[in-house]
Amino acid sequence: MAKEKTLGPTRTAPSTNGHSGGPHVAPSRTQCALESFGLKKSYRRGKIEIPVLRGVNLQVRRSEFLAVVGQSGSGKSTLLHVLGTLDQPDGGEVWFAGRRVDNQPARRRDALRNRDLGMIFQFYHLLPELSTLENVLAPVMIAYGVFTYYLRRGEHVARAKKLLDMVGLSHRLKHKPRELSGGEMQRAAIARALVNRPQVLLADEPTGNLDGETGAEIMDLLVSLKAQEKLTIIMVTHDQAIAARADRVVRLVDGKLRAA
Amino acid sequence: MYKLLLCLRYVRTRYIALASIISVTLGVATMIVVNAVMSGFTEEMQEKIKGVLADVSLEARSVNQGFPDPDAHMREIRRIAGDDIESMTPTVYVPAMLNFEINGRNVTRPVQLIGIDARTKSQASQFAEYLQHPENRRQFSFALRENGYDLRDHTGGDEGILRSGMEMAGWRWRRERLRAEREFRDQMDAIRRAEEERSNGRAAQLLPESGAPRVFREGPAGEPFARLEPLAGASELITDEIAPEEDPYLSSLTSKELTELLKRLADDAELGSAHLPDDPRFDALRNAVSEFSAMARGSNAVEDDDPFKKKNPFDIDPSLGVGHTFDPMLEQHEGCVVGMGLLSFRDKNGEQQFLALPGDDVQLTFPTAGNPPTAATAQFTIVDLYESKMSEYDSQFVFVPIEKLQELRGMFEPQSGATFVTSIQIKVKDEAKAEAVRDKLRAAFPESQYHIVTWRDKQGALLAAVSMETMILNVLLFLIIAVAGFGILAIFFMIVVEKTKDIGILKSLGARNGGVMGIFLSYGLSLGLIGAGAGLVGGLLFVHYINQIAKGLSWLTGQEVFDPAIYYFYEIPARVEPATIAWIVAGALAIAVSASVFPALRAARLNPVEALRYG
Repeated sequence: MAKEKTLGPTRTAPSTNGHSGGPHVAPSRTQCALESFGLKKSYRRGKIEIPVLRGVNLQVRRSEFLAVVGQSGSGKSTLLHVLGTLDQPDGGEVWFAGRRVDNQPARRRDALRNRDLGMIFQFYHLLPELSTLENVLAPVMIAYGVFTYYLRRGEHVARAKKLLDMVGLSHRLKHKPRELSGGEMQRAAIARALVNRPQVLLADEPTGNLDGETGAEIMDLLVSLKAQEKLTIIMVTHDQAIAARADRVVRLVDGKLRAA
Repeated sequence: MYKLLLCLRYVRTRYIALASIISVTLGVATMIVVNAVMSGFTEEMQEKIKGVLADVSLEARSVNQGFPDPDAHMREIRRIAGDDIESMTPTVYVPAMLNFEINGRNVTRPVQLIGIDARTKSQASQFAEYLQHPENRRQFSFALRENGYDLRDHTGGDEGILRSGMEMAGWRWRRERLRAEREFRDQMDAIRRAEEERSNGRAAQLLPESGAPRVFREGPAGEPFARLEPLAGASELITDEIAPEEDPYLSSLTSKELTELLKRLADDAELGSAHLPDDPRFDALRNAVSEFSAMARGSNAVEDDDPFKKKNPFDIDPSLGVGHTFDPMLEQHEGCVVGMGLLSFRDKNGEQQFLALPGDDVQLTFPTAGNPPTAATAQFTIVDLYESKMSEYDSQFVFVPIEKLQELRGMFEPQSGATFVTSIQIKVKDEAKAEAVRDKLRAAFPESQYHIVTWRDKQGALLAAVSMETMILNVLLFLIIAVAGFGILAIFFMIVVEKTKDIGILKSLGARNGGVMGIFLSYGLSLGLIGAGAGLVGGLLFVHYINQIAKGLSWLTGQEVFDPAIYYFYEIPARVEPATIAWIVAGALAIAVSASVFPALRAARLNPVEALRYG
């Protein structure tokens, strides 16, 4: 896809007090999987406030693979957490599929993370007590209670196995994460992120801990997933080469996004 | 679903947490054991107290004189609460002193002297079954038995405390001891006499040629007669089995003496055989007595005009019988049953040793019913020992026939002949009705004269003390479990810190705060269940095998863990009460869960971004 819709400070950002309306009507709203307007976030170190995001405007289309590059400490991960509703912005808005989500109650945001967003991390973040298959099933188990889960257990397990097959881990179902290699763990994490059929995948330095070859394999996987599953992917990385695999690359500098 | 899965996984993989609940296990097990044993003890003790004391007793406020006409009282009681009453027995309670000799020294013990009706006492409370002669347990009588007293504590079966001293007890002991005593005394007399003679220079003239002593005794009519035959050797007497045909005592009697003896026995025709020991070797003598009495009935009738003599067949007090010399060899005084604790002790080998045996005579001194009371003293013969295993009673009680006690204390009205008693013991049909019966009787009998109490009233302090002890123990043990709770708290905080990343992951996957909290709460609950469950099983097993364990410990340490001499029972009594166990387990679970609340809250409030930041 063409890099036609570059987001930047030039675009009308909603004011931080502008909760009431939607003046920032984007022409491609229905096509947007995830949007943000004027996102602000700062951290406190003692009494000093360190601003990390200073008004991030972002629009990601459906089935778009967007890469956000930035230096270490530039706030890439923070941006991803805020977009993924894991963290609350100090100001600005996050919209998901045409709906504002950052001001929703915690339950709604939890459900959103569970069903509509998938996340993968630099350190894979698999649960060490669970096997690969169980790790992949974890979001399903979170979504369902004991009874409702068992009611359709076969279906869920089949789905998880299919995903693991897709990422090439069908021979590692019963293994614990510590018995897997880094690449395998990241594959398992990808399968886990996709098990509830999310629209958007948020990837935080997915290749950060892998060697170049394995990293390239993971990128191949992401690219092919995007194509097969019509998945929207937002990836943050510091690695230009990795970012180059994306449809579009933006740069996070001084808390704002710029076209790369 | 993930809560359950993770909780189970954590239980399976965190052994340190399992270590933290060992104290819960121990606490629960200890509480179960302690409660079972304590309630077993309480129950056994209640049984014993109930057995010794009657369900309800109506006591005179005037302890010394009592109240007259027990029969009328019993009729009245039956009229008031007849439906609930199973049996009643009149009783005389009086404080007394017990005197007996040990190695020539007089020993005095304070006792509670109880006059009982041998016939009805066992119906109103458990009396006979605490006695040491199997026949007495079946049908109690105040007559001394020939022998056959238990050689082991009968309540302990094969493990009962050894009482080999009882082998001698009974008539045999009485005869042999008296004979030895006489022998000794006679020899001492002879020696003394010989000394005197020698010092007077006339020794050679009067000593018999054989060298055996000559004994001068008073006959029944006051004429002195000589016992010429020497007695057999004292040492032989005590150790040797005596064959009936050659009872040395009988064969040592002169024909004149034998005649006297027969005559004396025939004087109480009904009594004659009753007071001969129940032994085949006396059959011949018994027959002789009955023949003699048939022969002499006509001529001796005059001697029997004393009213006291016929009134009570057991009355053999020498002061009352004219021309009757009490011969302790063949006769007993009035029987008495003495508490085991008064007459015995246990030596270092665990065997029971006796200071006196059935067959020995004791002296009882007690106040008369007069005003002011004066001391009266009478001889009694121990016919059995009483052991309820409540040391308070066993070291206090002496039972004698009520008629005898009434007579000796003057507890009767000379004109009407009505007797006095100090209390009436009542057994009710339904234990639970004891209080109701007491209240009915209280309403009917003036409280200023009668003190009406149940056994529970009498031993309330003891029972209250035991239940107090149980409660304090429970509080202390529960504190142990509470301490375990703090251990769980600390370890859970550690686990939450360790699991920070996992909590972040779960939240990033959409787990809710409540869900994360649920994981740790159910983790706490599972640990509590495991701990309490293990404690429950362990405690119940311990209770079930408590006697074997006690034995094993005794064997291991060489020290008696549960000494029946100290405790009242041969087996450790343990009773498991389901309600108590439910409380204990519920309490342990509550502590385990509440100890995990704070760590769980902390886990729930964890910021997922912080948790996910570093690998």
